[in-house]
Amino acid sequence: MAFRWSNTLKDNDVTDRSVFLNRRQLMGGAAGLGLVGMAGAAKADELTPNALEDITNYCNYYEFGTGKEDPARNAHTLTTEPWSVTIDGMVDRPAAYAFEDIMAQMSIEERIYRFRCVEAWSMVVPWNGFELADLLQLAGVQSGAKYVAFETVLRPDEMPGVKYPVLDWPYVEGLRLDEAMHPLTIMATGIYGEDIPNQNGAPLRLVVPWKYGFKSIKSVVRITLTDKEPPTSWNKANAGEYGFYSNVNPEVDHPRWSQATERQLGGGLFAGRVPTLMFNGYGEEVASLYAGMDLKAKF
Amino acid sequence: MDHLNRLLKRAPAWPLYMLCAAHVFWLFYLGLTGGLGVEPIKALEHAYGEAGLKLLVVTLAVTPLRRFSGVNLLKFRRALGLCSFFYIAGHLSVWLVLDVQQVGQIWADIVKRPYITVGMAGFALLLPLALTSNNASIRRMGAASWRKLHKLTYLAAILGAVHYVMLVKGFQIEPIVYLAVILGLIGSRFIERQRKIA
Repeated sequence: MAFRWSNTLKDNDVTDRSVFLNRRQLMGGAAGLGLVGMAGAAKADELTPNALEDITNYCNYYEFGTGKEDPARNAHTLTTEPWSVTIDGMVDRPAAYAFEDIMAQMSIEERIYRFRCVEAWSMVVPWNGFELADLLQLAGVQSGAKYVAFETVLRPDEMPGVKYPVLDWPYVEGLRLDEAMHPLTIMATGIYGEDIPNQNGAPLRLVVPWKYGFKSIKSVVRITLTDKEPPTSWNKANAGEYGFYSNVNPEVDHPRWSQATERQLGGGLFAGRVPTLMFNGYGEEVASLYAGMDLKAKF
Repeated sequence: MDHLNRLLKRAPAWPLYMLCAAHVFWLFYLGLTGGLGVEPIKALEHAYGEAGLKLLVVTLAVTPLRRFSGVNLLKFRRALGLCSFFYIAGHLSVWLVLDVQQVGQIWADIVKRPYITVGMAGFALLLPLALTSNNASIRRMGAASWRKLHKLTYLAAILGAVHYVMLVKGFQIEPIVYLAVILGLIGSRFIERQRKIA
């Protein structure tokens, strides 16, 4: 592995539950703000996590409906126990890995990341999870593997949204192997120190903070190592609008809207927009992955 | 039927304006106080836009409803059309003032983004209709040319629905239903005319 992302946050830096549960209280109290400031002091000193209420009530999880609040309303039907992730393809130990067995072998860290949707809104999420690289090591990546393909669970009786052909179900995503092995890339299993809610991709989901949110595939049931670029759902739906890479890039617009700015959730009716950062602010860590690549052509 | 129409004739149209104004402010108030969820700007923008489109559909339904069922809502058509215009003006205002904000960006979006170009064209067509939705204009223009001008409603409604179809991600049914209903309501006028000719 090239380098590990060092998290200097300690347990007592995690925002107290009573603070994050009530955003208004948080905004109102100077003490609350101070606490959050401390929590974000590591990698991203300016990051204030969104309230849990924001994070769990504004989701794109089309399997549960295309409205932003549909997943919060509908995703309770998803059975997440038992759960296993099949890791196959070019690996030494292909198998269905039980969720508990995975968790027993991983060390869970908190990662406070910016999350930028392709629809030009963003939030800051305090994820709990482990590096994808560690999970892939469990299965043993073979030397010929170049890409990683991911698949979301597909259960028509638990997912009211898949009745409609909004996308070609099941939802699939993919990364280049070096992107997958990057220490910023995690599998998240929690938010704010609690199990990740169903609408946010329970029981485990990918988080790639320098790419648009749709790359961070939810409720993963299959991970396949391959030597070919795997198909991805939004690219299949509209290749002109959604590329395989989909790195956050303020200079490459979505054909239908500008990506130069974004609206940060939680700011209310008069929040306005802020400039979007190249690689969502993670350029220092990831720009080298794309050295020499034309980011306009490979968007 | 005549009984119903007599009742309708006696009912005033002005409460529709009050209802519309109250609903516009109510939605804004909800946006201010967290009632529209964690992203109130888009939510308000969409709520106004959808209400405007719905009322355009209702406005377009007045004539076919009278022809095919006899129920006469003609008296309310101006209020319905104007309220639809108010919602759409609100939709545009939220986009301009609360959403995009920068003037340069606004112009760039109108020119560069087809769904915004289409939406703006639809709004531009509604402007002369709203400005002439009064008795004085009908007198000044003459009924025939006034009616001709107000046929622009058809095009504006189609553009509004196309704007919606173009802006959603993935294959979604709702905007296509709006477009189909609007095309159906406009088409019904031609069916009627052909029947008359025959």
